[in-house]
Amino acid sequence: MSKVKSIKDIPLQEYLMPGHAACAGCAMALAVRHVLKILGRNTTVTVPACCLSVIQGIFPKTAVDVPLKNTAFASAAAMASGIKAGYRVQGKNVNVIAIAGDGGTYDIGIQALSGAVERNEDIIYLVYDNQAYMNTGIQRSGATPYGAWTTTTPKGKTEKRKDLGFIMIANGARYVATVTPSYLMDFYSKFQKAKERKGSRVVIDLSPCPPGWRYDPGFTIEIGKLAVQTGAWILWEFEDGVFQFTGFSKMIAEGKAKKKPVESYLKLQGRFKEIIKSKEKIEYYQELINENWEKYLKIAEIYKKK
Amino acid sequence: MRKVEVDKEMGLKSVKEYPPAPLSKPAEGAGGKTGLWRTYRPVVDLNKCTGCRICWAYCPDRAIKLRDDGKVEVDYVWCKGCLICFHECPVKAIDKVVEEFGE
Ligand SMILES: Cc1ncc(C[n+]2csc(CCOP(=O)(O)OP(=O)(O)O)c2C)c(N)n1
Ligand code: SF4
Ligand code: SF4
Ligand code: SF4
Ligand SMILES: [Mg+2]
Repeated sequence: MSKVKSIKDIPLQEYLMPGHAACAGCAMALAVRHVLKILGRNTTVTVPACCLSVIQGIFPKTAVDVPLKNTAFASAAAMASGIKAGYRVQGKNVNVIAIAGDGGTYDIGIQALSGAVERNEDIIYLVYDNQAYMNTGIQRSGATPYGAWTTTTPKGKTEKRKDLGFIMIANGARYVATVTPSYLMDFYSKFQKAKERKGSRVVIDLSPCPPGWRYDPGFTIEIGKLAVQTGAWILWEFEDGVFQFTGFSKMIAEGKAKKKPVESYLKLQGRFKEIIKSKEKIEYYQELINENWEKYLKIAEIYKKK
Repeated sequence: MRKVEVDKEMGLKSVKEYPPAPLSKPAEGAGGKTGLWRTYRPVVDLNKCTGCRICWAYCPDRAIKLRDDGKVEVDYVWCKGCLICFHECPVKAIDKVVEEFGE
């Protein structure tokens, strides 16, 4: 596939069938649709328990038009490593991708992922980060941000979220990137690169979720954009020891654009209703974002191109 | 899904023909007729549509179809009425109306 630089370059071939069971406006379904367009027919997917394992649909039908193996919650990266090894002994060169939720990655699947990355298994690992255990009814995860309502944090989460990207860099990953499908060209650029590379490739996708984040499904794309424009989500790529901001985040890092106040991102989502109530909490949230940016500017400095 | 429907759909005549593990086949409508989920219906105004494909690219449900004339139309069999297309169309060529099935 030649490089996708504009929407008109997006291939027409589809591998996610219509009539799948995702909620209306699901950003994960959108990401899966495009990832499969990029990887193409010669791909095998493995999925642990998560919304994706449900949106595939009900036996005897599946919405995914490439081979897909469901696996246990903790084992997406281990399963992907095994599938790849199986193809290798058969002399077949197939793209193997694990697609998992944040619960199955930041929490439950992290040891399998850490091991696979340490062994530099030849797999792509996509985590769609909808920031909670959505499929079982919106319970908090290690990826749920500070202040967010979930059914297990009725007053808003009191802890900060884990930083999986940072963990993966420390884990020795050769390729790590963050994406969100609102910025589709950035999404294509990173997955097209990931497809061409060998070894472990970890992609962390911010995945807005209308029922879990409490917003009207029509705002999915706008919320993803606001996450980046306010700096609540940072777009970056870490490749063979070199860290780079990308897209709008790069403009923020270079001082060419200013972060929007985080309130514009928070107020669209019912899950932040506790934060929105108080000026101090909004300010604290803004501080957390600024702190995170300071950290990432330092990471960029340490891993800059020599 | 009732057993008899599964049998029919997979063309199975006896229990002996069942696969050793649950093996699903790719198909449209694995989650049912999702068009029935709509509360709002997106409607494209072909006079305004520029054929930019933004709505097509952002539809999570593949419910925007590219027409031969380069413009787009909605596939109401699968469209869930999320209204992403309505919000993202840069020239406001998509309107929303309350869904009244069968009209
Ligand atoms: C070992 C195990 N524990 C619990 C469950 C129940 N379970 C299925 S999906 C799910 C939530 C997954 O959350 P996440 O990985 O974030 O994906 P999401 O549902 O948000 O898409 C849970 C708790 C399970 N299937 N297996
Ligand atoms: S709960 Fe969220 S992630 Fe899961 S299918 Fe619905 S919108 Fe998608
Ligand atoms: S986004 Fe609007 S103008 Fe562009 S193809 Fe869709 S309906 Fe037409
Ligand atoms: S309303 Fe949603 S599902 Fe229907 S065509 Fe528009 S984007 Fe697709
Ligand atoms: Mg989740």
